[in-house]
Amino acid sequence: MSVSTRPTPGAVRPYEFPAVHHHVLSSGMRLVVVPMPRLPLVSVLALVDAGAAGEANTVAGVAQLTARTLVEGTHTLDGAALTSRFEGLGTSLGAGADWDASTVRFTVTRSRLAEAFALFADSLRAPAFAEGEVIRLRDERLADLAQQLAEPRGLADQRFSGFVYAGASRFARPVGGTVSTVRALDQDAVRQFHAAHYGAATTTLLFVGDITVEDAERLAEAEFGRWTGAASPTPGIVAQAASSSRRTVIVEKPGAPQSELRVGHLGVPREHPEHLAIVVMNAILGGLFSSRINLNLREKHAFTYGASSGFDWRRAAGPFAVRTAVKTEVTGRAVEEILREIDAMRAAPPSADEVALATDYLAGVFPIRFESTDAVAGALASALTFGLGPEWFVRYRERIRAIGPAEVHAAARAHLDPSRLLLLAVGDGDAIAEPLAALAVGALTRHASDADPAEAK
Amino acid sequence: MRIPVETYTLPNGLRVILSEDHATPVVAVNLWYHVGSANEREGRTGFAHLFEHMLFQGSEHVGANEHFELVQRAGGTLNGSTWLDRTNYFETMPAHQLELALWLEADRMARLLPAMTQEKLDTQRDVVKNERRWSVDNQPYGTWWEKLPALCFPPSHPFHHSLIGSMEDLSDASLDDVATFFRTYYTPDNAVLTIAGDFDRADARVMVERHFAAIPRGSGRPPLPSMDLPATFGGTRRETVEDEVVAPRLFLAFRVPPAGSAPWYAASLMGAVLGTGDGSRLAQALVREQRIASSAGAYTFDLAKGSDLLICDVTAHPGVSAEALEAAVVAEIERIRRDGVSEPERARALALLETGWISALQSAGARADKLSQFATYHGDPSRVNDEPARHAAVTTGDLARFAASHLGPENRAFLMYVPRASASEAA
Repeated sequence: MSVSTRPTPGAVRPYEFPAVHHHVLSSGMRLVVVPMPRLPLVSVLALVDAGAAGEANTVAGVAQLTARTLVEGTHTLDGAALTSRFEGLGTSLGAGADWDASTVRFTVTRSRLAEAFALFADSLRAPAFAEGEVIRLRDERLADLAQQLAEPRGLADQRFSGFVYAGASRFARPVGGTVSTVRALDQDAVRQFHAAHYGAATTTLLFVGDITVEDAERLAEAEFGRWTGAASPTPGIVAQAASSSRRTVIVEKPGAPQSELRVGHLGVPREHPEHLAIVVMNAILGGLFSSRINLNLREKHAFTYGASSGFDWRRAAGPFAVRTAVKTEVTGRAVEEILREIDAMRAAPPSADEVALATDYLAGVFPIRFESTDAVAGALASALTFGLGPEWFVRYRERIRAIGPAEVHAAARAHLDPSRLLLLAVGDGDAIAEPLAALAVGALTRHASDADPAEAK
Repeated sequence: MRIPVETYTLPNGLRVILSEDHATPVVAVNLWYHVGSANEREGRTGFAHLFEHMLFQGSEHVGANEHFELVQRAGGTLNGSTWLDRTNYFETMPAHQLELALWLEADRMARLLPAMTQEKLDTQRDVVKNERRWSVDNQPYGTWWEKLPALCFPPSHPFHHSLIGSMEDLSDASLDDVATFFRTYYTPDNAVLTIAGDFDRADARVMVERHFAAIPRGSGRPPLPSMDLPATFGGTRRETVEDEVVAPRLFLAFRVPPAGSAPWYAASLMGAVLGTGDGSRLAQALVREQRIASSAGAYTFDLAKGSDLLICDVTAHPGVSAEALEAAVVAEIERIRRDGVSEPERARALALLETGWISALQSAGARADKLSQFATYHGDPSRVNDEPARHAAVTTGDLARFAASHLGPENRAFLMYVPRASASEAA
């Protein structure tokens, strides 16, 4: 074999997603157990059907503040004591809310599981929500928001959502709420949210790792077998766009050496039947390093360190956006190339070879995504949130491989829409307004960095 | 848990580490070259990192960007990274694609230069300049990566200068520099190759022989200047930086023994006591009790040559003054110097380190990288298995002695970021 001969692959070694066991506790709470006995580790995750999408705009951020305060003290242990008990067991509780669910999770060594699980159960069922902790975490969220808005990437992401969604839409505001909505949150708001949405009926408990089905059932039944509460899921929503025409928005950052760009529009709900075709189409457009947009903007033109595109998957339509940061002087040319790539994706089907790059990658990395117990728990939680059964993981690779150029082209025609693109740039307005206006991407408006469209509406 | 380790060296000096385990059909290939920004010559800051970009621009039998494409087509993930004294390249592949990754790494180790062109260098130079704008110049607090080493190491020291490099030095880099750097440092005797995960060791030895054995040994890497420094800074150093930020942020650095040396484990554990988890000293006091900080952490840089740094990294709430932030951090350091660390605090830090260690090593890529690291820095990859025990051997007495010798005013460097006074406020 000469040095110029590319090696041929060896025999494929089989991979199967670990077996998933489902069970229902006496309380009605659902239990999912995935034994992965390779290392003495167990990941535990509670998935609660309490997402931020269903919040009223006036209390935007309450789901996230509730999840975070949940782990800051029970009726028997204050926040500091609970934290040191957990950390003494070598773990810490992570809690947060996303658009469609809240999660509370930890990973611990097998020998410490029983003790950590009892603390975790207490936190979930009977959190203290002490006023001092609610206020502290509320102030930390406000500090986080201030930091994000001072940072070009965070500012661009927030303003893109603010301008792309209708003012009445919850999605126009960040998942953790805005300055004005977070300021108004208090202990009562958090207690009410917990009482309304946390309970056996809305929660699925997952164990992944070095544990048997029987042990997991015994632990879960002991702590949650009698959990009651009149919990109901947060309501679903329909996402609404702010506009159906093309437009350009500049958020001013005078003197910035780079422009942070977001180019996109509303995407589609996660449950859309063409989901996988859209995933493959996006991989080709901007999802992979070897995607069209990255190779064009980075490797051909050297406008940027990196450029990508993505659909944000939620139960209701999340945004589709191309994201990049380009040198100020080339802002107009970079946008032109992005628009050209979106048009090209719609104009003709990709070659079978280009589709194979995406599908072989997505199918091939599947086992690499699931090396850790925590990653398996997270993926299962996401599948449960979107109503996907266990066959999702079993059939994923064959479904991906079944997608060809025709499906990809159809997805591009249906789900990329140049006529309603929002082009947003955080950058030096005086330097970039003219080149952007010359591209004639609809009306161009300029906004101060502290002007939040979601607050104005 | 113990990671299996088998080590051997090819006649050309390439050290090879095999760590076989069949938990999941995934295999990691990881290559450490013992070269980083420390090895750059004067006027070429940022070159080691720019060179890392060039390694993805093809080699004799691989086209530009084809390395990425071939690995992704095979269903693998990949990247590279540059640090002060090493550069690593890594792929995680489906098990049956092991040989493709080895061939790609071998082709660029053996035959990079035929593929290098001025156009590729110019493109990657601009990409790296954009990386600098993105991660340093247009990012709040982004300059800390270059300001902190500059404050802590003397100008003659190889760790003093910027890893990402100055725009001027990046502009000056030439194809000649690429060729010289490649011939000097990208040689088998200056590298460690690790394979970890689902493979057969006998097969892997044959593949390694086939692709790497014919690559000639280098002529030896030029020695770095002495990196020996006094045990402490010998005083308090200070720099204040005005930046486009909303709240002060303090980096407080202490000079500590080099990573992996016997006395370093006390520094590492002290980092966890001070700043790992919400129950750590700094988070407990500044975030939970006093509520003047929104986040607080502490960590070592893990520098294995000469000396390392232990860094407390604390961000204030908007509106809190730099003076108040600094006073609160110093008060906690003084409390540790006065009262030491309790046994429950030591146990808390150790338990978190243990879980974090096992969790991280679930990934074949992480196991391979750790093995390459210990082989490169300490000459013995199997030492990776002693890390938990070495940390566990640190007593509260050791921590108290470390605090006395290394956390005092004679060994502190304060890098403080403050919000820029706007023109209207200054007027």
